[in-house]
Amino acid sequence: MGKETQKKTQDNVILRMSGITKRFPGVTANNHVDLSLNAGEILALLGENGAGKSSLMNVLAGLYRPDEGSIFIRGEQVQIHSPQDSMRLGIGMIHQEFMLVETMTVAENIILGMKDLPFIPLMQEVRNKITELSERYGLKVNPDKYIYELSVGEQQRVEILKLVYQGADILILDEPTAVLTPQEARDLNTIIGMMLSEGKSAIFITHKMDEVIEFSHQVQVLRKGETVAVCKTDEVTPKDLAKMMVGREILFHLERDVYKPGEVRVHVEDVSVIDQTGRAVLEHISLDLKEGEVLGIAGVAGNGQQELSEVITGLMPVTSGYLYLDERDVTGATPLKMIKNGISHIPADRSAMGVVGDMSVADNLVMKRYRKRPMSKNGILNGSVIVKFAKKMIDVFKIATPESSTRVKFLSGGNIQKTILAREIDSCGGILIAVYPSRGLDVGATEAVRKNILKQRDNRAAVLLVSEELEELMMVSDKIAVMFEGKIMGIVDARETNIEQLGMMMAGMVKESTL
Amino acid sequence: MRMVHYKNKRIVLEKREARSGKILFIVPIISFIVSLVLGAVVLAASGANPFSTYFYMARGAFGSWVGFTETLVKAIPLILTGLGVTIAFKLRFWNIGAEGQLVFGAIGTAWVMIFWTFLPVQMLLPIALLVGMTAGALWAGIAAVLKAKWGVDETLTTLMMNYIAILFAEYLYYGPWRDPDGYGFPGTKAFPREAWLPRIAGRAHWGLVIALAAAVILWFVLYKTKWGFEIKMIGLNQRAARCQGVNIQRNIILVLLVSGALSGLAGAVEVTAVQHRLMKGIDMGYGFTAIIVAWMAQLNPFAAVLVALIMAGLLVGGDQIQMMMGLPASMGLVLQGLLLFPLLAGTIFSDYRLRVVKQEEVEQCS
Repeated sequence: MGKETQKKTQDNVILRMSGITKRFPGVTANNHVDLSLNAGEILALLGENGAGKSSLMNVLAGLYRPDEGSIFIRGEQVQIHSPQDSMRLGIGMIHQEFMLVETMTVAENIILGMKDLPFIPLMQEVRNKITELSERYGLKVNPDKYIYELSVGEQQRVEILKLVYQGADILILDEPTAVLTPQEARDLNTIIGMMLSEGKSAIFITHKMDEVIEFSHQVQVLRKGETVAVCKTDEVTPKDLAKMMVGREILFHLERDVYKPGEVRVHVEDVSVIDQTGRAVLEHISLDLKEGEVLGIAGVAGNGQQELSEVITGLMPVTSGYLYLDERDVTGATPLKMIKNGISHIPADRSAMGVVGDMSVADNLVMKRYRKRPMSKNGILNGSVIVKFAKKMIDVFKIATPESSTRVKFLSGGNIQKTILAREIDSCGGILIAVYPSRGLDVGATEAVRKNILKQRDNRAAVLLVSEELEELMMVSDKIAVMFEGKIMGIVDARETNIEQLGMMMAGMVKESTL
Repeated sequence: MRMVHYKNKRIVLEKREARSGKILFIVPIISFIVSLVLGAVVLAASGANPFSTYFYMARGAFGSWVGFTETLVKAIPLILTGLGVTIAFKLRFWNIGAEGQLVFGAIGTAWVMIFWTFLPVQMLLPIALLVGMTAGALWAGIAAVLKAKWGVDETLTTLMMNYIAILFAEYLYYGPWRDPDGYGFPGTKAFPREAWLPRIAGRAHWGLVIALAAAVILWFVLYKTKWGFEIKMIGLNQRAARCQGVNIQRNIILVLLVSGALSGLAGAVEVTAVQHRLMKGIDMGYGFTAIIVAWMAQLNPFAAVLVALIMAGLLVGGDQIQMMMGLPASMGLVLQGLLLFPLLAGTIFSDYRLRVVKQEEVEQCS
């Protein structure tokens, strides 16, 4: 871990940004932001969505040109007009979505796009250099493997290796742990630590508090495009940071009633799903969802969690097995039947599945209720009742929208999610299937989502919560089932488990059950 | 000290947050003017005086009572097929088979008119229209079922089925249904005169009332009913609609039955009011122009009526310039095409606005 290498050198500034202003039509993404990075250190850039973290870093990476301000590297003023300029200055950025060619090998990807390469590259030399670098930094990758064969964590290592290979000594990582298991995140920490000891430095873009505390030396908090605070990580608590980030107090502990599970509402029995390509996406899944409980589903994205949620909501047919609702067999029922049976669904991809972006907020809010009175009568919609209903919902769920007639796609991610949440909770008949409900949301919106989910539980709803964030699962769930490659690795009590145990199960390591 | 000077003015497209009614109205008008200018260039290049050409076209189509009723006659099938295409496109089902559905409507109507002689003659017209609509609906329904059940691409099926329908009609009026007393004329015998769809004025007939009523009903269905709401949801985001419990497959089939019925009605009206028999020339291309009508009207039923009138005017006016100016009639089609480009290009301004951006450059003075 990098912290031991911290030096008390303030004159050791490798990168300085001064008075950076970046405007987009209608918004100022950065307003005279200063930033300074010491060699051998990690600076965490903390802020909610839209605080201006990414645009500030894109200025460094040569993707945006600032409207005002200047950049100094090792004391010298520089002009960054393009990603090539940025790379030449030793700045390398790893974006949230990796920029790798799946059907090429690690070595090929690493030299891809390099300028000073002979016409026919000497692959043996490249391979040797990769091996040397990967040993030096603990970046375990096989240069001859194809990208599609690698896990997400390994792909990230290739990205890092690519930057190091090209001589980057300032690394910018955009939410690097968002896609990693806890173990992979810890490995990343070690790798970065080794790089720091060689005098390289890094900037972390994040909105996760624990990550800041664990990784960084300094932390800079942005809010609405301006710097709110710059401080030493040792000197702040997660609570302080959260408060600075959102500008108000955030609850880390959520109030809830005592866990008193009731009747089984949803019973999944030995369900398997084989997709069109013949791959088993769910294998012999059995679980019970009871009223008054939140059952968390943990796992790295893509291990069958979404499929499980789609089976329960009637969107995905099962290949074998049974689905029971209140002890009635509903295997193969349509989505509409499941809705009528009381199931609400917050889908994984909110803009692709949750809303119709080109329809108004009011229309989207009424999408579960338009079939019945008073929203419609004899097949004819009642516009004024719908608008009145929408205005009430906008008010209750604090959806920030100019009008109820505004098209949903113009709202922020958080407000789109609140629109979905409002609709699904309002129409909920006692079963709520929430899939990644807080994904990509800022602290304020995340808190609203979690509170609403717990409120449903306290109102005796049966809640299935699929999430990638273990903290969220441990904070909100009563029980946690861990999925790996379409199987349930075990179901544990949320109060008794810990991150390590869940992490091991998420990586498919152990199979244990405490229930 | 800081000096700011402006450099590099740039023009960018910015997405509009809401579509304003004013813009939706102004854009087509400006586009229309642009297309007139473009057309003038082409006309001038081919040696004609653009002003007199436009004058004769306008006078031919709208300037006289006879000309105007003629325009109405051509507008009627355009409105009906345009509406048929509109409802399918609302669902993002690319039904480009309106022509075939129109032809099948005509075939169904002719079948009743010629062979259902057991019916009292007063009953013939309403039943023939209904059967025509049904025939069009079923013809479109085939493509809908293929799409809903097996995901067969509808652009291909509906396009190919046009040719099947047209050739089948040809087979009928050249073959088994040909009028034995028709001196070899490719067509059936005339329908009973009592069963013709009556005229209102000039050659304009009651089909106009039917078409306008269809536009009002379709508008109401699309904007005011539960079903219209579901069609909109599916068209704009099918996955989200499915998550909300909307039955996609059933809606594809239902919508296409209505779509085909409207085009079938166009064919039924055409044969009962204008041609009075099934004969060569039933495939006039109305079903293809309908696609243009629907798009230009931005899938609004009322706008479709207006656009259909303009397109019909261009058809009639095109014939006029052939007579008056000695220009080829195809010039009318060229002008029709030129009308399209600015209009379709102009639709971008209903979603985007132009903005001039001044790029600021900051210079640091020591």
